[in-house]
Amino acid sequence: MKKFRKAMGLVLASAMLVASLAACGGDDKVKDQNAGSGSSNGEAVLKIGGIGPLTGGNAVYGQAAMNGAQIAIDEINEAGGINGMMIEFNAQDDEADPDKGVNAYNNLKDWGMQILMGCVTSGSCTAVSDYAHEDNLFLLTPSASSLTSITYDNAFRVCFSDPNQGVGAADYISQHQLASKVAIIYDNSDVYSSGITEKFTAEANNIGLEIVASEAFNADNKTDFSVQLQAAKDAGAELVFLPIYYNEASLILSQAAAMEYQPMFFGCDGLDGILGGVENFDLALAEGVMLLTPFAADATDDMTVSFVTKYQEKYGEIPNQFAADSYDAIYIIKAAMEKAGVTAEMSVSEMCDAMKAAMTQITVDGLTGSAITWSEDGEPTKAPKAVVIENGAYKAME
Amino acid sequence: MRFLTSFINGISLGSVYAIIALGYTMVYGIAKMLNFAHGDVIMVGAYAAFVMLNQIGLPVYVAIPVSMVVCTVLGLIIERFAYRPLRKAASPLAVLITAIGVSYLLQNLALLIFGANTRSFSSVVHLKSLRLFDGRIIITGEMIVNAVVCIVIMTGLTLFVNKTKQGQAMRAVSEDKGAAQLMGINANGTIALTFAIGAALAAVAGVLMCSSYPALTPYTGAMPGIKAFVAAVFGGIGSIPGAFIGGILLGVIEVLGKSYISSQLGDAIVFSVLIIVLLVKPTGILGKNIQEKV
Repeated sequence: MKKFRKAMGLVLASAMLVASLAACGGDDKVKDQNAGSGSSNGEAVLKIGGIGPLTGGNAVYGQAAMNGAQIAIDEINEAGGINGMMIEFNAQDDEADPDKGVNAYNNLKDWGMQILMGCVTSGSCTAVSDYAHEDNLFLLTPSASSLTSITYDNAFRVCFSDPNQGVGAADYISQHQLASKVAIIYDNSDVYSSGITEKFTAEANNIGLEIVASEAFNADNKTDFSVQLQAAKDAGAELVFLPIYYNEASLILSQAAAMEYQPMFFGCDGLDGILGGVENFDLALAEGVMLLTPFAADATDDMTVSFVTKYQEKYGEIPNQFAADSYDAIYIIKAAMEKAGVTAEMSVSEMCDAMKAAMTQITVDGLTGSAITWSEDGEPTKAPKAVVIENGAYKAME
Repeated sequence: MRFLTSFINGISLGSVYAIIALGYTMVYGIAKMLNFAHGDVIMVGAYAAFVMLNQIGLPVYVAIPVSMVVCTVLGLIIERFAYRPLRKAASPLAVLITAIGVSYLLQNLALLIFGANTRSFSSVVHLKSLRLFDGRIIITGEMIVNAVVCIVIMTGLTLFVNKTKQGQAMRAVSEDKGAAQLMGINANGTIALTFAIGAALAAVAGVLMCSSYPALTPYTGAMPGIKAFVAAVFGGIGSIPGAFIGGILLGVIEVLGKSYISSQLGDAIVFSVLIIVLLVKPTGILGKNIQEKV
């Protein structure tokens, strides 16, 4: 009986194995037919993939980015698509983690993605850009600001890079004479935060802005900031520079208030989300906080007003700069495709080569900047702007 | 001045670690297992309190006992279904690995139910801060409550274990489970009671910790749990006063280290304490060397 069972077991196991291998083979054939030629009903379709944190501590950014992109895609599809192709959009979650970002990228490739709008966060983008380069797939990141996120020639970005933010922040503080003694509290385990800090420190030294304290924390130790704040307070800092994300910033603000230390706080785009991202956060604590952001939802130009209205109607909240970045990203893709004359029959690689050339020739007026142009290294040229939080809302600073 | 402020911050952080360490040490002392899921039971307690205080709007004196009950039930369930079946396992590592598994399970369940957006926990402490030396040293209400609650819990536990019948049963089970059962003590029930008390303490620790450091995510309990484990080992695992001393000392060492050596090396300092303790005095400060008598 034992021998029979063993033999039966072996037969069943090998049957399962053969069946699963056969299934795999079949799927591949079906996938190859679909890739590049669009949907099965014959209409030409452009498949754009999106990667960003839809869950996790940075979910505010990823969800805003995908929402902003969706609004642009709906507008473009209503107006007839790009070069006659309708856009199909597929957003995948990477939880702002590089490994999950690569998984998301592979999922999108299986789906038949032809252009990648992503990743939203720097760490993830750096990892994915390697794979996109190997596949020669066009990548446009709305918001990854680290230099390593767009190392290769197939990658471009919408937002300004960390060096630009770090330099821009130092220049802004100095030109507007906000403070003469500055302390920095940054996350040294995060490429975004440490990248900005490096450039900020270098630029501050160049222009004579005094940095009295530079304190770090890391990913495992981001709840107790009493030591860092005490160091800033003891050094007499009038302004604390926070090139970090809004979760940690909310803690810093409440702990500073508890120890009765009230310097000015200045941050970068990672601070965006502090007004809505942390449930039950006392917004009075964020009063007076300044941050660099290229997008202010209360601006009065037509493009911003139209975008903000649509976003509020569809998603019930005011869009942040990540939504604006990806809205612009989709329109930038459209502009480059029209300039390059991209058609549905082109392979992913051909499309990428055409887009690469086109990107350096176009000028785009977007929500996040006017007359944005690109250089071959993928960096955009546009000016940084800042906002201050007043009465629980952003107000553009001059 | 800076030393004094750092010292006070250290005591406050240390009392939170001490309350968590008490849970670890009790469970180890009596059931001889390290419950690595303890840190995440703390997170569950904090979320339960958050939901009741901020979403339903119950008053503090209802929310805290209810969250303690929630954690106690959770602790009992974990003990019954994850740990008890493995008590006769071939390797003691089996229970340890299960504990880590339970920890991940709790984190991901919380992620599913609550999402990963950070919540800002409203402090349950409404004492005003103490301002000393013309405002140069500020002792917040939370710091005072942390220290006081920690001392109260420690004395309460010590009295419970030494003076009550159930406490006696716990000590008997920790010394020799077989003999205790022969004496008519329900060993399973006693161990379950230990987990229940540990979990209730975890709820208190969660509420206090989130009152002092208001960011609440599904991963909030993980790192403090590990650091409290270090504290328990430091003070002598299995000893209740040891957990208290280990917790307070570890908090002070961490804050002083971050303040005077480097703010980036805070965690490195904490974990090197663990390594040094294990090398020099493995049983911890107040630990006892238990000789096997044949």
